[in-house]
Amino acid sequence: MLIPHPLLGLRDAAEFTYLGDAALLNRPDPGAGEAAFCDYVYLRDNPAGVHRELWYHEQGDRSWLVVTRNTLTHEILGAELARDVKGGAA
Amino acid sequence: MTRLSGGLIDRSKVLSFTFDGVRYSGHPGDTLASALLANGVQLMGRSFKYHRPRGVVSSGSEEPNALVELRSGNRQEPNTRATVAELFDGLEARSQNYLGRLDRDLLAVNDLLSPFFAAGFYYKTFMWPKAFWEKLYEPAIRRAAGLGRVAEGADPDAYDKGFLHADLLVIGGGAAGLAAALTAGRAGAKVILADEDSRFGGRLLAESHLLDGAPATQWIEGVLAELCTMPNVRLLPRTTVFGVYDHGIYGAVERVADHLPTPGAGVRQTLWRITAKRAVLAAGATERHIPFADNDRPGILLGGALRAYANRWATAPGTDRPVAIFTCHDEGHRTALDLQARGVPVAAVIDSRNDAVAQGDYRLIAGGQVSGSQGRLGLRGISVTTASGTEAIACGALGVSGGWNPNVHLSSHHRGRPVWDDTLGAFVPGPGGPGGLLVAGAARGKGSTALALADGAEIARQALAELSITAPVIALPQAEDTAPNGTTLWHVPGKGRAWVDFQNDVTVKDIALAHKENMRPVEHLKRWTTLGMATDQGKTANVTALAVMAELTGKTIAETGTTIFRPPYTGVSLAVLGGGDTGPDFRPRRLTPTDVFAKSQGAAFVEVGQWMRAQYFPKPGETHWRQSVDREVIAVRRDVGLCDVTTLGKVDVQGADAGEFLNRLYSNMMGTLKVGMVRYGLMLREDGFAYDDGTCARLAAHHYVVTTTTANAGLVFRNMEFARQCLWPELDVQLISTTDAWAQIAVAGPKSRALLERIVDGFDLSNAAFPFMACAELTICGGLRARLFRISFSGEMAYEIAVPARYGNALMERLMQQGADLGVTPYGTEALAVLRIEKGHAAGAELNGQATAAMLGLGRMVSQKKDSIGAIMSRREGLAGETRRLVGLIPEDGQGAIPGGAHLFTEGAARNMETDQGWVTSTCHSPHLGHPIALGYLEGGDTRLDEVVIAANPLEGTETRVRVVSPHFIDPEGERLRG
Repeated sequence: MLIPHPLLGLRDAAEFTYLGDAALLNRPDPGAGEAAFCDYVYLRDNPAGVHRELWYHEQGDRSWLVVTRNTLTHEILGAELARDVKGGAA
Repeated sequence: MTRLSGGLIDRSKVLSFTFDGVRYSGHPGDTLASALLANGVQLMGRSFKYHRPRGVVSSGSEEPNALVELRSGNRQEPNTRATVAELFDGLEARSQNYLGRLDRDLLAVNDLLSPFFAAGFYYKTFMWPKAFWEKLYEPAIRRAAGLGRVAEGADPDAYDKGFLHADLLVIGGGAAGLAAALTAGRAGAKVILADEDSRFGGRLLAESHLLDGAPATQWIEGVLAELCTMPNVRLLPRTTVFGVYDHGIYGAVERVADHLPTPGAGVRQTLWRITAKRAVLAAGATERHIPFADNDRPGILLGGALRAYANRWATAPGTDRPVAIFTCHDEGHRTALDLQARGVPVAAVIDSRNDAVAQGDYRLIAGGQVSGSQGRLGLRGISVTTASGTEAIACGALGVSGGWNPNVHLSSHHRGRPVWDDTLGAFVPGPGGPGGLLVAGAARGKGSTALALADGAEIARQALAELSITAPVIALPQAEDTAPNGTTLWHVPGKGRAWVDFQNDVTVKDIALAHKENMRPVEHLKRWTTLGMATDQGKTANVTALAVMAELTGKTIAETGTTIFRPPYTGVSLAVLGGGDTGPDFRPRRLTPTDVFAKSQGAAFVEVGQWMRAQYFPKPGETHWRQSVDREVIAVRRDVGLCDVTTLGKVDVQGADAGEFLNRLYSNMMGTLKVGMVRYGLMLREDGFAYDDGTCARLAAHHYVVTTTTANAGLVFRNMEFARQCLWPELDVQLISTTDAWAQIAVAGPKSRALLERIVDGFDLSNAAFPFMACAELTICGGLRARLFRISFSGEMAYEIAVPARYGNALMERLMQQGADLGVTPYGTEALAVLRIEKGHAAGAELNGQATAAMLGLGRMVSQKKDSIGAIMSRREGLAGETRRLVGLIPEDGQGAIPGGAHLFTEGAARNMETDQGWVTSTCHSPHLGHPIALGYLEGGDTRLDEVVIAANPLEGTETRVRVVSPHFIDPEGERLRG
């Protein structure tokens, strides 16, 4: 697979480490309690279709990316820097 | 010898080879199959299941029958198709799958028992009794089945892998592929042209058609000469593109030296990972055979293969009798004309069409079908049935032409489904295949030479247009342009066994049985009958089988469906997939900065992660590793020792919010650490379990250096970057891994201060100025910048000193030289481990991903005053209620070894999961105490000091009585550290 790195252009997926569901960006507030953390730690969506997921450019510039990928076709619909996504959400 | 005139073989050179030990000769340009045919050898192997005598069927990579073993010794390679094995001088080949002699295979008894071996036989028969499978059925079946034998030893040849990039990858170098490559090459695009054959030209090499009135090779050579002059074109002959992967990535194997006796200094094969913006699949087509009773005898070939052997390789099977042709298509008549032109007598052309017309001077049997064959080890004759009866025709070979199946394989790799084209009577590539892959020529049913040429050029232009590259219209040669004219004939009905899949011995009857047993969906049919599941993946069988099933169900072929093709197109050796990443080259090896020193000392090495670390430093006279390790440990406890600890991960953390960032990463507080001091830190996973520990040194207000364990260096850094970018991007903090930048040496032992005083540049090392857990930046050895940390893993007064990595070895040697009179001793990872077990420090065996901070005795390190990763989850019921604790264990009898991994039980309790009290994590002999010691987790361990428990190792049936003690076997008050 080739991942369109927002800073570096198309990069081979072999340079990346995969983490999974980008919901991991949304760490609960410490006051949210155990149940919220339990959801955060253990529950992931695994859709057959469009999925937003985290990839780490470990053999590259160390950027964490949020990649939007269709898990059925492996089509990649976009890639953003995680810190930009997080900044936008904040 | 059956050599005809002409052909593309070099008669000026003679190559000698052996087949089943018999010496034969051939010429450069021959394949093993063509050379065997030219030597009159038709019997090339035995079939997989019934051990039927088999000869070559095809002239290409689709070959189901002529599977042979090539070479010998550790280069022995089974299941190689004789049709694609290039002949070289000295080639050794053997037939496969028989017991005794190929011509008198004892296992041919299976053929007599064939009524019992119908489809699904194994599934039905060997189910019961269950226990018989492993001991009786499977070994017997494995002995009888299977094809060639692999070499027993390691492959002596080198393999490689590489990366290529192109605008346009052209797969297949026949008429369409050459036209595509030439078009793209002239457009200036970056082109790769790959073909599985040793020679470009595809079917042009096998046919007698003229291009611009001249033999096709003239045009081919002209095109190749032009392509060779283009720096933007790369030609890859002997290269099979075997799979399409995501986003325009193609897997290809180049057989660099398979056509040579040995690769010499070069590689045998190369695995290419080709990234192409667009690709043209010009893979041509595979001819269909027509199943009839006993259609598998040696001498029965595909008609196109007969033409290929005659035109390209100047040979024909069957020496003493004429050749017959069975066809439902005009194609068969061309075979007759080509053979006659080469002087091969044609007995008859049997055409299933009633209105067939002879195209030359040969006997035509219109409206006839071949209904049987004779000849035990080679064809002697056929039975031909027409409306007026059955006639026997003597012949030594039969060419069967049932039409062509486009090679759609790669176009269906991404769940692209081929679609049935009724006009062509064939499956053609459907929509939804791999993105960026366009199909041209016979691979999409445009099979005449003129059509293929024009289509190749046009599809290349389309592909390049998608890349905004304008390609010229190239001049194409005048070529044959006959429209396909024929019908479909899927099998000849009759009583005998009519083979559909030669390699897996699947007959029309097997398909009928699968139908009867309701295994009708294509995927069920495959698995029930094993059709298409042999090494050839049913290239000559799948479509015919579908058609037979369609006929049985009364559905159309389109309704019956098709199977999905998966990579690889043809077999790929595991060796080339490894691509040379074997043995010591399996993965990168990282050498420590003091590697040269350690080697000079004759150290034993151990792999830790990717690092090669010194394990211990044997001295002359030491014959057992324990002697060396005990000596090293004692030297540290008594004098001073040196250990390269560079491999521990180091992360430089800087920024105004560095302290706050580390507060959130570590379970304990780091923001309050004073500048110039170090603190032990524990990291949890977000699920609350401990996962790594290390030290955190504050060099300046906004500058920390943290360390990780060697094993987790990469993971911790990744998680720190996750925290920085994904959780708290608002914090002003920057990270960099400095593991490789700084060489770090532990200087441990009571004389460590005395040694360091000799190399620091006027730095006050006194306890008052530089106490336990202090850190500083300083210079040593007259100006070399260094970092000094007063930290201890051994429990002794100790320091770790870091210098730029390139000075690491020199520093080690300087310390050895300066400390000679202090008894300075280098120590390795074994002594390091003993020292830390004696001190009760946790390492990988304790930080196993299932331990809580409390288990480690570090429960209070999880700060209640702040949030940090894992803090919330560490307080949940299951974790907070964990009562196992780290304890020390000593043998009650003072000498018995404590087995690592042993589980702990209360005396008298049963040994099971319910009564399990914990386990032994780390164990060693303590030279300091003079007896074995261990660390372990024990239920309520902190309240059970002095109790005797059982360390049980049920795997070996051993039990040791052990006494529970403090995990700090040495200096529990920490006086040595602070000395």
